[in-house]
Amino acid sequence: MANQRVVIDPITRIEGHLRIEVEIDENNVVQKAYSSSTLWRGIELILKGRDPRDAGLMAQRICGVCTYSHYKAGVEAVEDALGVEPPYNAKLVRSLLNESLYMHDHVVHFYHLHGLDWVDIVSALSADPKKASELAFKYTDLPIATGTDELTAVQQRVKGFVAKGQMGPFANAYWGNKTYKFSPEQNLIALSHYLKALEIQRVAAQMFAIFGAKQPHPQSLVVGGVTCVRDILSPTRLVEWKSKYEIVKDFIERAYYADIVMAAEAYGTEASVLGGVGVKNFLTADAFLLSHTENLFQSGYIKNGDISKVYDIDEMKIEEDVTHAWYKGDKPLQPYDGVTEQNYTGFIDGDTVNGKAKVINPKDKYTWVKAPRYDKSPMEVGPLACLLVNYAHGNAKVQKEVNDFLKRTGLPVAALFTTLGRTAARMLQTKLIADNAIITFNTLVENIKTDDTTYTKFEIDPDKEYKGRFIGEAPRGTLSHWVRIKNGVIENYQAVVPTTWNAGPMDANGEVGPYEASLVGLKLEDPTKPLEVLRVIHSFDPCMACSVHVMDLKGKEISTFKVNPL
Amino acid sequence: MNGFDALYAKAQERIAVLSSLPSTKEESVEQMLEKRGIERRDFMKWAAAITAMLALPSQFTPLFAQAAKLADRLPLIWLHMAECTGCSESLIRSDAPTIDSLIFDYISLEYHETLMAAAGWQAEANLENAMKTYAGRYILLVEGGVPTAMNGQFLTLGAQAKTGLSLVQEAASNAAAIFSIGTCASFGGIQAAAPNPTGAKGVDKVVKQPVINVPGCPPSAENIVGTLMHFLLFGTLPALDLYSRPKWAYGNRIHDHCERRGHFDAGEFVESFGDDGAKDGWCLYKQGCKGPYTFNNCSTERFNQHTHWPIGAGHGCMGCSEPNFWDTMGPLEKPLQSHLIMGLNSTVDKIGTTLLTATVIGIGAHAVASLFMNSKEEKEEKES
Repeated sequence: MANQRVVIDPITRIEGHLRIEVEIDENNVVQKAYSSSTLWRGIELILKGRDPRDAGLMAQRICGVCTYSHYKAGVEAVEDALGVEPPYNAKLVRSLLNESLYMHDHVVHFYHLHGLDWVDIVSALSADPKKASELAFKYTDLPIATGTDELTAVQQRVKGFVAKGQMGPFANAYWGNKTYKFSPEQNLIALSHYLKALEIQRVAAQMFAIFGAKQPHPQSLVVGGVTCVRDILSPTRLVEWKSKYEIVKDFIERAYYADIVMAAEAYGTEASVLGGVGVKNFLTADAFLLSHTENLFQSGYIKNGDISKVYDIDEMKIEEDVTHAWYKGDKPLQPYDGVTEQNYTGFIDGDTVNGKAKVINPKDKYTWVKAPRYDKSPMEVGPLACLLVNYAHGNAKVQKEVNDFLKRTGLPVAALFTTLGRTAARMLQTKLIADNAIITFNTLVENIKTDDTTYTKFEIDPDKEYKGRFIGEAPRGTLSHWVRIKNGVIENYQAVVPTTWNAGPMDANGEVGPYEASLVGLKLEDPTKPLEVLRVIHSFDPCMACSVHVMDLKGKEISTFKVNPL
Repeated sequence: MNGFDALYAKAQERIAVLSSLPSTKEESVEQMLEKRGIERRDFMKWAAAITAMLALPSQFTPLFAQAAKLADRLPLIWLHMAECTGCSESLIRSDAPTIDSLIFDYISLEYHETLMAAAGWQAEANLENAMKTYAGRYILLVEGGVPTAMNGQFLTLGAQAKTGLSLVQEAASNAAAIFSIGTCASFGGIQAAAPNPTGAKGVDKVVKQPVINVPGCPPSAENIVGTLMHFLLFGTLPALDLYSRPKWAYGNRIHDHCERRGHFDAGEFVESFGDDGAKDGWCLYKQGCKGPYTFNNCSTERFNQHTHWPIGAGHGCMGCSEPNFWDTMGPLEKPLQSHLIMGLNSTVDKIGTTLLTATVIGIGAHAVASLFMNSKEEKEEKES
């Protein structure tokens, strides 16, 4: 029997527009997978000709979820080009904002985007709240939002929804799927945390806004420094940050950590979450300034899952391939030499397990995302890459956190190279950041005793040409922005973003990227309700808006676009 | 006749109509509030806050409370076009205290890709089902600009690869009301900035039905929720300005209620980020603040439960709730008088037509210009 096609479009509970297709054999095992981004915006082209100081605020609009990452990247790429060194206070505030962002973003991802892949809400209704309340102590000494009264209230609230068949955002999902492994009591604990996390994310956003002005889309960075000088010089504001930080950190320890320990126990033998790492190369960049002498994470990459050796990154070995992306081009190019001409070929008619649909033609182009390669190889980026590379580096903080978790759950190191491992890595990264953000904060407080500078003046010489880049970490992985400045304005702009690394299509050599590789071998219970695919893909935390804006550095003239206005 | 009396009568009528509609849910909001441990006092406080925000007299407070209790009659469909999800993120920050989100999920959120559990075919079925079941009754909220170039194919959605353009037109045709949430849905936004490679447009440019614009990048949760509350209460569009923005939120300039306004009037400007003026909270006009040209309530409402806002954090307003602000307000950190953008001069020339209150701004600009002259003269005197 020929392979059958499964189409999932839209992949929901992500940022942006993503289609996943898989081919399954007669046993419902995935043989091939295709990842397609179905929106293109062209932001780099728009940046061309603008004031370099606007790059950060414009690039920020790439994504409203990792809402700070592209802002910081845009500002720092321009600083790199101009040779501007922001003051120490500014660097610390930027790091503090980044830490605040991760503490928000990862919590929202696990509970509100990824959570429903692990938690069966309907099952939670049959739980015994009292038993669940007792069970919560198994995963942490200090549970939160799991008192019998609270769990009873949560259960009542959701019962109303389900009884009426009027389930709003929870309607028509995959409840009852056999790969849901939590007991009713465990589901109830996680459901209570889902609701509690809605409250916590508001606090996390406030914590961010204290130095960021607002969240999403902060507005307190400028080329040369930060603008929130009044906030960092105000003891009230500093303490406000700290008290909100404590609330969020507390939730991360008592709920997020505990729930992942619970998931490791319940899902430790569930085959559909014990694969999911097809590309075994991992790449990460430096991140999180704690003090003059310390970054929390270090850069590098590992190959073929071998954590005995870490390699240094040579940025000139980054290239992008467009063989299967909706752009013209016949060879992979380094970002500095990129060329873009859109070449949309669309989908073709085909049969799927749900009937006729528009499907991907794998022989042709099929996505707006390019395929980045490092030294010709695909790389996974993100929290798992960050932890694995730093573990391999011998980063003491990372090693301790990872080893403690493995000991606590009884899982082997190999378990990290799985869907479950990727989801656990995001939590461990969050915990490491939450534990260490206070160091950045204390360093800042110490520094402002003797130094209140927040801005370095600079000039842009219109007669000079500049080029520079930012390479760093965003919540979804390694992010780089590349800029050229000429005549005082942006000549070229390019962003190579985490989801591009992970979600990119097949390259000219037929080699696939992390998303597509992660799904091969996955068995589906019911191909018309492909929960297992969602779980694997969500474990990467897709952010499509980040990946689909990608344009070439040369930014060809608009005339190369075939525009047929309605 | 007192204008508010007429409005009040209209609101009462509206509530009577809403009350007569069949509920989509068995449990009343009152029961729900009680069950979730929310006291009537807190609920009324929330209603009072909404009333105040919409600039209505306090006698409207009980009406808002009544209207909110009827909220379960209004199914919502939220579509994502060319966007960054920042507006959805803003929505989930909603809190007044936590009642907004409570009411909101009670409004029957039928389709919202970022939050819904179902995906793929099941998600599409939810959308079709909602459009059919609630035809003529659902509220459509759109986040993101609509790509129109290449027949709309820069965005496709669903297994049949429908274009975003066709989907938004289909959903609009049977909506009771349409709200463009954020600057992208309202005016095209970042992807519509020159040279607008995908032909991105605001929703009102691609559908025939009337659209209320709730711009901002992103708009505050209060502005999103407040706009819904107005519709719920009056059943009509709120008073709108030239750009179809509700006047209660976008009726004043940022500048009018700015906390740094006194420094503007006194001619005290930040001359460079991080200078002594910046430390003292002086006016950011010379650092490119677009507050004098921007209509929004940021200076009174702020963001993230009133935690902060850009001017408070020492960065000028960039005019994000104005049409085409990326092209007309840039460079964002320079006063409007100086234009650096090369190759975009044709769009910059349009600035005059995009500003609503040319006369007022003319006066403002004059005042500023004279202040500049003064501070420049003073500086020169000191130096000499």
